[in-house]
Amino acid sequence: MGRPPGDAPPPLLAGRSGAAAAVAMGEFQVHRVRLFAFLPAGIRCVSAHPSSRLAVGRIDGSVEIYNLQANSFQEKVIPGHETRIPEALCWAGGDRLFGAGLSGDIIEYDLEKLCVKYALDAFGGPLWSMAADPTGAQLAVGCEDGSIKLFHVLPERIQFEKNLDRQKGRILSLFWHASGARIAAGSIDLIRVFDVKSGHAVQRLLVDRRLTGSHTPRECVVWSVVFLSDGTIVSADSSGRVQFWDSEMGTLLQTSVISSSAVLSLATSEAEDSIVVGTSAGAVYQFQLLQVKAGSAERQWVRTKPFQYHTHDVRTVAHTATALISGGLDGQLVIRPLMEKVESRSYEAAVRKVTFPHRCLVSCARKARLLLFQYPLHLELWRLGTTSATGRDGEVLPVSCPPEHLVQLKNKGPEHIRSSCISAWGTWIAYSTASRLCLYRVQLAGERVALQRVRKVPKVACGAHQLLFSADSTRLFVASDRGSVHVLKLLQSGVCEHLHTLQPSSGESTLFSAVLLAVSADGHWLAVATGGGTVTIYNLKKAKPHCVVPAYDCPVTALAIHPVTNRLVMAYSDQQVLEFSIPDKAYTPWSRKVQQQGLHRDWMERDTPITHIAFHPQQADQVLLHDVHMFCLLDQSLPLPEDTAVLCNQPSLKQLSETARHSSAHAFKICKKYQPLLFVDLLDEKSLVVVERPVMDIKAQLPPPVYRKKFGT
Amino acid sequence: MAAFCEEFTLCTLAGTGGSALPQGLLGLEPDRDRVLLTDRSRTVTLYEVSDQKPLGCWSVKQGQSITCPAVCNSETGEFVLVHDDKILQIWKEDDTNLDKVFKATLSADVYRIHSVPNAEPLVLFRNGAVKSLDVLLASPQQDIKSVFSNEVIRWSEAFVEVEKPVVVFITEEDVNCFIYVQHCNPYMLHKFKLDQGGESSTLLSFAAYLTDKTVTLLCLYSSGCVYKVLIPLLQSDSEEQHILPKSLLTRLEESGTILKHASIAILDKDHIAVAGCSNSPEGNTKEWVSLWNTKFQTLQDSKELPLGSTGQCWCYGGRFFVTHGKELKVILYKCETSSLAAALGKIKSTPTSETKSLSVNWNMLQEDGLLCVQPDQTVPAKSESKRLLRSRRTTGAKTQLEPLTLEQLLLIIKNSSLNVIEEKLMNFLSSAQIPNFQVCVGNIILALVNRCEAEPAFYPSNCLMQLTQMHGLSYSMCPGLMTIALEKTDVCLLQLCLQQFPDIPEAVTCACLRTFLSLSDDSLEEMNINVDSVAGYIDTACNRKIKNQSEVVQNGFSFELEENSCDAQLTQKSHAMDRSKFCPVGPQKAILLNAILCSAYSDTFLLPHLKDLSAEQVILFLQYLQFLYMKCSEQATTNLPGIFCPTINQIMDWMCLVLDAHFTVVVMLPEAKGLLSSLHKFVRAQVHFYSELNKIEGSLKELQRINNPKDVGLYSIEVLKLV
Repeated sequence: MGRPPGDAPPPLLAGRSGAAAAVAMGEFQVHRVRLFAFLPAGIRCVSAHPSSRLAVGRIDGSVEIYNLQANSFQEKVIPGHETRIPEALCWAGGDRLFGAGLSGDIIEYDLEKLCVKYALDAFGGPLWSMAADPTGAQLAVGCEDGSIKLFHVLPERIQFEKNLDRQKGRILSLFWHASGARIAAGSIDLIRVFDVKSGHAVQRLLVDRRLTGSHTPRECVVWSVVFLSDGTIVSADSSGRVQFWDSEMGTLLQTSVISSSAVLSLATSEAEDSIVVGTSAGAVYQFQLLQVKAGSAERQWVRTKPFQYHTHDVRTVAHTATALISGGLDGQLVIRPLMEKVESRSYEAAVRKVTFPHRCLVSCARKARLLLFQYPLHLELWRLGTTSATGRDGEVLPVSCPPEHLVQLKNKGPEHIRSSCISAWGTWIAYSTASRLCLYRVQLAGERVALQRVRKVPKVACGAHQLLFSADSTRLFVASDRGSVHVLKLLQSGVCEHLHTLQPSSGESTLFSAVLLAVSADGHWLAVATGGGTVTIYNLKKAKPHCVVPAYDCPVTALAIHPVTNRLVMAYSDQQVLEFSIPDKAYTPWSRKVQQQGLHRDWMERDTPITHIAFHPQQADQVLLHDVHMFCLLDQSLPLPEDTAVLCNQPSLKQLSETARHSSAHAFKICKKYQPLLFVDLLDEKSLVVVERPVMDIKAQLPPPVYRKKFGT
Repeated sequence: MAAFCEEFTLCTLAGTGGSALPQGLLGLEPDRDRVLLTDRSRTVTLYEVSDQKPLGCWSVKQGQSITCPAVCNSETGEFVLVHDDKILQIWKEDDTNLDKVFKATLSADVYRIHSVPNAEPLVLFRNGAVKSLDVLLASPQQDIKSVFSNEVIRWSEAFVEVEKPVVVFITEEDVNCFIYVQHCNPYMLHKFKLDQGGESSTLLSFAAYLTDKTVTLLCLYSSGCVYKVLIPLLQSDSEEQHILPKSLLTRLEESGTILKHASIAILDKDHIAVAGCSNSPEGNTKEWVSLWNTKFQTLQDSKELPLGSTGQCWCYGGRFFVTHGKELKVILYKCETSSLAAALGKIKSTPTSETKSLSVNWNMLQEDGLLCVQPDQTVPAKSESKRLLRSRRTTGAKTQLEPLTLEQLLLIIKNSSLNVIEEKLMNFLSSAQIPNFQVCVGNIILALVNRCEAEPAFYPSNCLMQLTQMHGLSYSMCPGLMTIALEKTDVCLLQLCLQQFPDIPEAVTCACLRTFLSLSDDSLEEMNINVDSVAGYIDTACNRKIKNQSEVVQNGFSFELEENSCDAQLTQKSHAMDRSKFCPVGPQKAILLNAILCSAYSDTFLLPHLKDLSAEQVILFLQYLQFLYMKCSEQATTNLPGIFCPTINQIMDWMCLVLDAHFTVVVMLPEAKGLLSSLHKFVRAQVHFYSELNKIEGSLKELQRINNPKDVGLYSIEVLKLV
């Protein structure tokens, strides 16, 4: 391949060739980058589906689907939208996901194409709440104008059915009774119970205002209600109370003041013996229905466990059979297994916090040493700094040329960027939103950067789920719906043509869109993983499917093809790492060995998935893998660690002599020095780039939390 | 944790003949910092241990051989040896030739001469007779009466029991071992038989120490077992032969290993060192020296001796001597107070012994904020623990063969005389395992206290001390004990109770305080109180001088003034200024007060009782607290040296409590004014200093930050090595 004209020569590390001989094997110059100001959007609503899927709506409008059975992997991401921000999410009509937001639309999401299927205006002003009836055939939405509107869920669409009696005050929370005949609706200072059939309010529960410090009673907002099947209504309000009401008599049964600030969210378990409560102080409480005395039939709701995992408002909670789930405005999703409900394995019982996305938001032009950061509404292109010094392990080298912010590329329109990519020499940048694909020709001439938009991008390629340039920058692969991949041909003149579309063979056709791509260095093979979990390998020369990797019941989190051996390395959400030989159409001996011996227990119990795989350009045996908390140089020539060995053994190995090191080394060379990691890649055989995002930096960008008095302050 | 520290070679041993190893030493005897080394051929050498320097060397004529290691007569500073069994020679350090020194031929073969501190050396003859050296020299040819004929002496040792020398020696006849205890003043001999039951292996070595009228003998067997035998030094009326039981103290080796030429040395009451050679069943031979904690039967440290050893070892004055190859090695060791944590190696090493302490003179800190810090005044780190082999006053007691039951003992306590009780009690306590030990001891104390209450004349001080030392007692177990002790002003017992009981009521603590403060220093000086723990910060001699001086000044005459012909006013002033530097109480009283300061209390309950103190007592106590506080503040670590010393927080708390309780008294008393003002000045200086420190806190932090830059900023290039 020829280097495209106009490319800046790749900035070589000064002194690299001279020092290379002296540098010990496995010694790297690490570019530690904290320039990516990634900020997770706050979580607005969650909704758990009985099939272990969890839908999470964020305040940037994005919706994520987590698979709670596959290690809580973030399976699907529907990118955000400036105006369509869900206030509530509902599973209804089987596996269909609906959202309602302050834009006044009811939205159905397409979980196969990962976009909005349609939006329907409810004509009631902003929608504050939504609830599905127990059968999933009807949706009720609570509107700003005080009305509750019922919609029929029909195949492929929803249809307006009727209004319940309109009352004064916005409907902030809704809950459908298990019988389907009643709806409880929380408003300001009031909870009403509606009869669905007649549409009349049958009960009106007055939530008393509470005197606060200002001596003027402030209105009491009922942020959340739960209607239990025995007729008890549980309400959470802005005065910090959780109250239990008798919906028949309209009387208050029990009050529990749990916070000096507002209580924002409630959820109950299916058995209705446990309730989880989220407050604006970031605390989450569990209420349990317990026997008053051992053996007695009388049971009472008791506040049992407090948790404090969030720093900000817990706007939403969910209660599954085995876990409490809470989402906060600090952007964290916390899954707290209930000890009594899980088997005693410590790993299953561990708290899981999801702060960072389970996909790569950074792409790297290795040859040009550029990094492309993907923000929701713009891209940033940075050139890495250089150093002329060398040093010993652990030293910080003086930076002779600082990193440079080359370009900020702003997206137009309300849609958020779904995926982005930069070519290896940094000559092309592509990004896509739900409906558009933008391609840019980049010309780096010394200090100057020229960006030229490619005007005529083929229409077929719109709505890409993933983008990838071939190693020689002559092809752009666009992952699309139904597992298909469009191959675009890029010419040096800046022209882009649609070459062909790769589709799974008829027997393997899938409804799910392609989400992950990997191309071989020789441009011969392309591996495509779909949202459904299948991995198909295409022969690019013949433009035909080559084979399908044997089905595995967990989703793929990252995949890459080895540049020399053409072996496909795949990481799965259950932390398995498999290696598949594309020419042989079979798992490699190393992969079989891993399956036989099993990976180290500590490796299997990591709680974040591998999000990126790369290879050492010189050492064919070395594979680089990384998750949020570590990166690992996997040496396939070394023995796998036994369960009794220490997995993360680098610090102890460094203290041993050369010979002793040799005998106790194992395949996993793990580095935990850099955390949390958004991206790690090998630039060349001697340099690594790590993109870190310290949690403290994220915290610093969040709004101040609710003030809490701490002891001694 | 006890451990061997650095080692050095004292000297090279002359090898005899063609053998690779020297035959070993005939003996090694201490003489203050020096040792007297007698080898198996003809020479005696005197070494300065700290300098590893030979000071003198003497040898007997060709053809003669030394048969008894040379010893130093501590009384006269002369050296004594015996060659060719009978010929005794005495010489001084500056004599060069042994031919020309005093010589005496004795009528019987000498086994060994024992040097005894502050007494004439004792000569032990092979036939078991013991004579004092001066008696022998008076008529060297006197007839020596034979004690036994067939028995061979294996080992001997001399002790001083309340200024009375005692020689203990062990003889062997066929398979039986006998222990003889020879009292020298008056001459009295007791014979015991050593119980050999259950041990088929041979006896290798003995070591012994004396505590509380009992010699504890440790016997090392070739099986690697160390047995403990308690030998009573008390007169027994019956002349019948007693069999002394032995109890297994510790087992050094796993079973199957056979020890060869090993010997044992006692480092302190809980630690022993063993040097020797072991043959494992696989046939491996290993020579080593190891340090054991006998309280918890744990190995603390061990060293291999790759060059071989004759298995001889000695321990004198905190130094452990062992032969290693052709050298005599000196190994320093440290034995810390043995606690379970230390025995298991879990205790954190205290850094205080290592830290170079800055001494600060707070009074130099004036308003301008200048502070004089005098570095380099290092407090000598006392790493070697003091050997607690001290002796006690004794009274007669008897040994009895069959152990007593608790009921019998309680009956004896009710009716018998003091001496009988004491003896029976000792017997009871030394007899092997007692089930429910704490309950037993509690019952015994209760019985004793009841008898004391009933009979005012009856007060078994020794018994009570002994029982209190057994640990594990509490106030609630024997409520009457401290009341009785207070009545009898038995300060030693009170001190022990304060140190050991966790639950003393505040009223009793206060009563003790009152008693202690009211006692005069002179009366306390006669008491048997160990003042070692305050020696680190109370200069006893200086204190005494000051006391004398102040008395003299009161009389209107100062001899020091005349001697130095100084300006009287100046001296007076400097005395007044240095007042707080000198301890206002004697060391004995300081020890007792420290015991109070360290005891547990609750201030709410203590405060009302503190009000009972008289004004003089309050002033004295405050003076002492001030003294302690200033001593604490002198050290950068704010710790007092030594054990059982109060911490600075305890001192402050007590000071505040006393001031609270006697606020009005202190305000009114003119004597208190100086005290309060100096305290105030002192505290103000400290507050001033710390506020100045606060001001430069930012700068100090910046310095720290410069030293270790943590923040990597947004971008850095680092080197990472993956191995």
